[in-house]
Amino acid sequence: MVTSYSSSLKIFLREAGDIARFTRRFFSQWFRPRYEIAELLRQCFVIGYQSLPLVGLTAFILGLVLTIQLRPSMEDYGVAAQLPAIVGIAIIREIGPVIVALIFAGKIGSSIGAELGSMKVTEQIDAMEVSGTNPFKYLVVTRVLAATLMLPILVLLGDCVSLYGSWIGVNIRGNTSFYLFWTQVFNNITFSDVLPAFIKSYFFGFAVGVIGSYKGFKSNKGTEGVGRSANSAVVVSSVVIFIIDLLAVQVTDVLGLN
Amino acid sequence: MSKSTLLNIDQPMAPSKASILSIEHLYKSFGNNKVLIDFNLELEKGENVVVLGKSGSGKSVLIKCIIGLLTPNAGKIKMFENNIPDISNEVLDKIRAKVGFLFQSNALYDSMTVRENLEFPLRRHWISVTQQQVNSMVEEALEEVGLTHTIDSMPAELSGGMRKRIALARTLILKPAIILYDEPTTGLDPITAKEIINLMIKIRNRYSTTSLIISHDMNCVRLASSRVVMLLDGRCYANGTYDQLAKETDSKVKQFFE
Repeated sequence: MVTSYSSSLKIFLREAGDIARFTRRFFSQWFRPRYEIAELLRQCFVIGYQSLPLVGLTAFILGLVLTIQLRPSMEDYGVAAQLPAIVGIAIIREIGPVIVALIFAGKIGSSIGAELGSMKVTEQIDAMEVSGTNPFKYLVVTRVLAATLMLPILVLLGDCVSLYGSWIGVNIRGNTSFYLFWTQVFNNITFSDVLPAFIKSYFFGFAVGVIGSYKGFKSNKGTEGVGRSANSAVVVSSVVIFIIDLLAVQVTDVLGLN
Repeated sequence: MSKSTLLNIDQPMAPSKASILSIEHLYKSFGNNKVLIDFNLELEKGENVVVLGKSGSGKSVLIKCIIGLLTPNAGKIKMFENNIPDISNEVLDKIRAKVGFLFQSNALYDSMTVRENLEFPLRRHWISVTQQQVNSMVEEALEEVGLTHTIDSMPAELSGGMRKRIALARTLILKPAIILYDEPTTGLDPITAKEIINLMIKIRNRYSTTSLIISHDMNCVRLASSRVVMLLDGRCYANGTYDQLAKETDSKVKQFFE
């Protein structure tokens, strides 16, 4: 039993060390020429734009359901009028960034892991190197940067769609104008609610990009390995998102932003 | 029984003036697994050498060391007057532009069309060509392999034989001086394999290329080789023409030719 825990710990530490080395390699290469601008823009389109429908749909449902679920309790306490403010703060500070990041990890993390894994086992990465291309820069740096840049934008858009869903939720059993709803939301939101959430989204995006790429790049054992890479990219990214969230709340607490 | 002069070639052959590739005392191991042990090989301009060996004998490792995808533990690989393990990535890329590599798995980029696959090495090696020249080079390479009609297809839409021919066209597009073939007929039916071998011979005759072919397909060895090097236990075990080795009485050589 002790041996089993010890070997699991060793595997965990080795994996963490490998991811740290992979991240260091990213930082050592991302700013050196040759710059893969065209591929970066293509990845921004694939990672950002093509994730919009999924992020939008889940964010809309999230806002709607959260509002409908909260309403009875708030009515019991006689604070139903505060519903837009409460939902707004919950979505912008915490639920929006985390849920969008988890959806992003599921869609983009797995896709990066599977794509790079499949390229690895079919020698496409070697072929790229033989064709005078640095595969790390072309495949990894572009995907990590695109994920880092696109997730905060998706979070902002997801927050807006989510609040729109919440407005619809409020109006299922009430009559609140769109203008009044947004006024109530923004009157209760401060800069210190928006900024930390926005900043931590960059870290979430970076983590999804790095872990997806790492899992894909280290893929082996044929098609079975590709499936495992995609799966473990999602699992590890999701856990790391929660760890970053935990650290972010500590930092904002220390800085007096909570 | 007197030992044949074709066997156990442990000493490197003296490099001739026409030598295009020279491998001296090459060692490569993965952990405790010694794959290449004091391997020597000389390849002269215009020669077509087949490296013959059982699966897992280190043939693919050898070819990947030659192109710089793997770094040997010791030894020299001299190509175009450069020692491959010692040179910078920039010089290595320039050398790679003169060397074609046909991967065992074809390594066509799944996300690109046939045209984009063929254009990729042209664009990545910083070769200054106009779009018109790129188009005509792509068409010429596809004509060479008889697949001009597939120019806008995706690799997944093509058969195994067609993918191999497209990979060969991509190898040809830079008009390489040497072509390295990694198991060119593996996984193909005998008729398609014969077509690929004929194509290799046609390309060799038309462009006067030098070839190093890794194979255990005796039909390929017989038809495509001007010389055969047998790799056994990480060493160059036998070296001679197909007919010479076919007459060899050594049991380890005989087992391939029976």
